[in-house]
Order: sequence, then C-alpha cells, then structure tokens
Amino acid sequence: MSTVFGVPTQALFGQLLIGLINGSFYAMLSLGLSVIFGLLNIINFAHGAQYMMGAFAAYFLLQWSGLGYWWALLVAPIVVGLFGIVLERTMLKRLYHLDHLYGLLLTFGFALVIQGMFRHQFGSSGLPYAIPAELAGGQNLGFMFLPNYRAWVIVASLGFCLGTWYVIERTKLGSYLRAATENPALVQAFGVNVPRMVTLTYGFGVALAGVAGVLAAPIYQVNPLMGADLLIVVFAVVVIGGMGSIMGSIVTGFALGVVEGLTKFFYPEASNTVIFVIMAVVLLVRPTGLFGREK
Amino acid sequence: MKKTLIVLAALLAFSADPARAQISDGVIKIGVLNDQSGLYADLAGLGSVVAARMAVEDFGAAAKGMKVEILAADHQNKADVGSAIARQWYDVDKVDLIVDVPNSGVALAVSQITRDKAKALIVSSAAASDLTGKACSPNTIHWTYDTWALANGTGNAIVKTGGDSWFFITADYAFGHALERDTEAVVLKNGGKVLGKVRHPLSTQDFSSFLLQAQASKAKIIGLANAGGDTTNAIKQGAEFGIVKGGQNFAGLLVFITDVHALGLEKAQGLLFTETFYWDMNDKTRAFAKRFAERDRGIHPTMIHAGVYAGVLHYLKAVEALKSDDGTKVIAKMKEMPTDDPLFGKGTIRADGRKIHPAYLIEVKKPSESKYPWDYYKIRATIPADQAFRPIDQGDCPLVKK
Repeated sequence: MSTVFGVPTQALFGQLLIGLINGSFYAMLSLGLSVIFGLLNIINFAHGAQYMMGAFAAYFLLQWSGLGYWWALLVAPIVVGLFGIVLERTMLKRLYHLDHLYGLLLTFGFALVIQGMFRHQFGSSGLPYAIPAELAGGQNLGFMFLPNYRAWVIVASLGFCLGTWYVIERTKLGSYLRAATENPALVQAFGVNVPRMVTLTYGFGVALAGVAGVLAAPIYQVNPLMGADLLIVVFAVVVIGGMGSIMGSIVTGFALGVVEGLTKFFYPEASNTVIFVIMAVVLLVRPTGLFGREK
Repeated sequence: MKKTLIVLAALLAFSADPARAQISDGVIKIGVLNDQSGLYADLAGLGSVVAARMAVEDFGAAAKGMKVEILAADHQNKADVGSAIARQWYDVDKVDLIVDVPNSGVALAVSQITRDKAKALIVSSAAASDLTGKACSPNTIHWTYDTWALANGTGNAIVKTGGDSWFFITADYAFGHALERDTEAVVLKNGGKVLGKVRHPLSTQDFSSFLLQAQASKAKIIGLANAGGDTTNAIKQGAEFGIVKGGQNFAGLLVFITDVHALGLEKAQGLLFTETFYWDMNDKTRAFAKRFAERDRGIHPTMIHAGVYAGVLHYLKAVEALKSDDGTKVIAKMKEMPTDDPLFGKGTIRADGRKIHPAYLIEVKKPSESKYPWDYYKIRATIPADQAFRPIDQGDCPLVKK
C-alpha cells in the first residue's frame, strides 16, 4: 500500500472527503455572514442561533405536523428567514448609521437570549432527528465508507453556495444590491426600494443559516448549543476569506474544512485551534483576508 | 407589627441556638458548582441543585432548627472560572460545602482550594480516579463513581465476552485521560490489546474523522472515553458510518440516562456500560425519581443527581452529629459514620475519600422492551461493593498508611 507522510493514501483520501463535508457547513454559514456583512455592514452574531433555529424548525415540523426532511428543507429556511426579517425591521435597521459594534452587540445579545431560551426548554443533550429514508445507508468507496447523507450535504451546499454567488455577482438583481451598498442614496434615486432590498437580503442570509441547520440536524443532535460551538470557527473562516467576499468565503470554507480534517488525523488535539492559528497568520500577512479588497 | 416580627425572629433564632453552637454564621451554606449551560448541563446542571434541595428537605433541616442555604453557579467547564467561584464562595460568601463539580479538570482544582481553605467538597460528577488516588485530600469525598469503577465494570465484562481488541476515542483532558488509562489497564490485564487511540477536544461536534480511524484500526471495540454530548454525537455518527453494521461495537465508558434519552433507544440499544444508580431499581428509587422529575422538567435523575442527594444528606447527618460545620472535621466524621440513604442503601466512606457501594453493569433495552417513559435499562450484573472500586492500597493516596 502506498503512503504519504507515513499515512496510507486510502486513509488520507477518507480524511480529505470528511474535511470537505465539514467544510460544506463552514462555507454555507460563512457565505450567509458574508452576504449580510457585504451588503448591510452588520456583523451578524446571531447567525449561529439562526442555524440552530433551522435545525429546531425541522424537528418541530416533524414532531408537530409530521412534515419530513424534504419539507423541512423548504419550510424551515422560510420560517427562520421571516424571523430574521422581523428582527431587521424592528431593531437592526435602527443601527445602520452607527458603528459596526452596535449591530454586533445587538445580534450577540439576541443569540444569547435565543440559545438560553431553547436550552431552558429542551436541555443541552439535544434531540434526535433521523436521516431521511431516501438517504440512509452509504457507499463503500474502497478507501472509506461514505454515508449517502454526507454526500448529499456536499452536493446541496455546493449548489446553495454557487447559486448565491451567481445571483449576487452575475444577475441584475445582484448588481442592484451591490450598487446599493456603494451608494444607497443614488440607487434610491433611480426608483429602487433600497430599505426593502436590504431587509430581504438579511432575510436571505439568515435563511441560508436555516438551510445549514436543516442539513446539520440528521448528523448532529438537534442541540441548543450547536450554533454557539460553530459560530466562532465560522467567523474565523470569514476573516480568513476576507470580510464580505462571497467567493472568498465559499472557497475558504471548504479549504479550511479540509485543513481541519487533516489536523484531526495528524494531530487531533489541535483540531479546534488550527483554524485560529491560520487566521492569525493570514491577518499578519494579508490583513484584508485572502480574497478581501482594500476599501 | 414590625416589633412583633423582630421578637419572633429573635425567638426563632434563640430556640435553634443549641443545635448550631458551632455553625459558622449560624447558616450551613452549600454551593452546587457545575456546568449549567454546556454539554454536561443535563446530566448534572440544575438537576443537581434540585437534588441538593431535596436532600435538605428530606433531612428535615428546618424542623431540626438547622438553617441550610443552597447556592448554585455555572463553571462553564473552565478550571479558572470554577476556581474563582470556589474562592469567592469560601472567602466572601462563607460557603461550607461545595458539591457536584463535573469535569475532572475543574474538580481537581477545586479540591486543592478546598483543602487549602479547610472546607468540604463532595464530588459526584467528576470521574477521574485521581481524586482518591494521587490527588486525594482530607477535605474531599468522591461519592458516585470513578474512572476505575467504570473501566473495571465495563472493561471486564466486554473483554470476557470476546471484545479483546480496542480503539479509544478519548476526550482530551484529565477525565478522558484517566478513563482511557484505567480501561486500558483492565483490557491488558484480561489479555486484550489496544490497537490505537485518538484524542479529541472537549465538546467536539463532528466525530467522523475519528470514527474513520477507528474503523480502519479493525478493532472489535471502540471505547468512548468521553461523556455527555461528545458520547451521543459519536454514537449517532457511528451509526451513520455503519460502525455497528460493520461488526465493530461501541463501549460507552461513561453513559448517563440523559444521554440514552437524547439518543433514543433505536440508536442506543445494546450499549453496555457501568452505573451506580438507576431510578427504576426499587420503590425508594422510584419514589425519588417521581419527585425529582416533577421538579426538573420531567428529566429522570442520573446517578450524579442521586450522588448529590445522598452526599448532602450524609453531610447534614455528620454536621448534626458533630454540631459543627468545620470542613475538615465534618469530612472526618462522614468517613467515620456508616452511610445509609434511600438511593445507594448502606455503605461506607474510606480513608482516601472513596464512597463505597455496589455498581451495576447496564445494558440499554431494545425499543420493543421499553414499556413506559424512561424505561431504558436492563441490569445485567451487580458488582458487589467490595469489588466495585479500586482497592485502597493501589491508589497511591498519601492519606492511606501503608
């Protein structure tokens, strides 16, 4: 059997694939954060809580109305997105003229309140959510056993990421959005309803977190703390990719998933710190992030 | 009216006086220090506070004229936070006893502080057997279970039924290391072998990397030397990767009933592990569980909650007998008095601080075998009290005279 760094190549392939799967979640979450930051200049610390709400929405849909995974994939993001819209309309919009820090504090406070409420109600051990029957089981790839559901996660998240990138960077709607960030007054003068666009964008970014939550529900326990554990890593991903860069956050998300996966193999004790080490190095060498531009 | 109240208060205070002649500030303060927001919040958390309160009520402190107050705090699984709270409690708030303290890293730190301040500590959650080994203290009692007992109960049973090659997935801190060390010793002693081990950070979400490594090792048994959310995530994802279908089996080295509840019987069935308490053992434990569940969101008590209850009860008995809440003296008295409570039955506390009672080898029921809510366990074997814990002369505890 051939080896790389003394490790059988087969094992290495397995770890690379696992890394990609975890990277899918980083990519989807950091993408939502990037969209929100890029277009609204809000550092959305409630993103982890909104991801958790997506997973809980899937759980409630199943428990209360018997709607399964596929319905949840459609309905949960809408519910979570609507929640985001209400949050934006009633509170966040009052903060746009202030420093970033105020938005950060408000969303962070919100995240704590929501997580606290869910934890009080449902405990911290998490609730079970089964893998949909269509995606149960797995394939033996020779070098590893790949659960079908994990393969689906990669495909789905790539789809969502590239779709978002296309809409923002390549369509007319996306160009309005980008223009509105540069100069909202001018865009409004052309007859575009900028406040509504901003609200919908926030709702969309939050809905992306909701989708990621539904995708995560069958893999992890549906747990009030699932977002809090992930959010800090995702912020590191955003910083490494460059704040507000759409493609940057997608590529960095997947890449860092792979790096983390390899760390889990070569030196697992460091697997929860490696991303921050990379972040520190990137900030020293390229303070705007790998894909960021100077403003 | 106000005057009458003052007079009444004074009367009450004086009438109770003889019983607490040497109780510091006239109040026995008990601090429940644990994880109330993280991955161990269900298996200990607020449930431990409920258990401590129930112990005070069942002891009848008020009727005996003893004033007992319960405090609670969240140490967030951080040794520095836990130490700061413990110091604040002992120095400023005049706390006499700290109980529970999950997370062996935090418990070892708090045990040292308790010793320095000559107070009392009853550990129920933390598992590291070092608490009554190298790091034993005249001010600490380790009540419910420890890594040696878990390893001994589960490890022996599994190796003897053919599970002789192991791979460990271990939480990377004092508890995981101790549990892995103690289990490995049992496996090797019984002629088994350890094919590999991997250490993961506390509170890991994704175990797939580690599961792949375990799968590649071809070990018959994958030993999970972790707890709470880490264990449930590993087992849940193990099912996804076809671990059990591929002929390997999990040994959950530390599993609580709240973990089984979270996993659901479908995923948890057949798991083998060791506990020292199960709510559905006899009428007394069932009565306790019923009262407990009513006060803790329907959650049934884990062995940790039972340990907090029994520990506080025994502490109060010792304080009553001694008529003092001096930490070092009360702990000595607790060791001297035999223990007797509705949950663990009769028992003793050894010189090294180890509470002695039987342990049970548990198998999780199949979904079809479960008849009512929280009916999850089959007791496969009882390990008698004298064999359940590490013999006192093997722990290297400096308090034990050789």
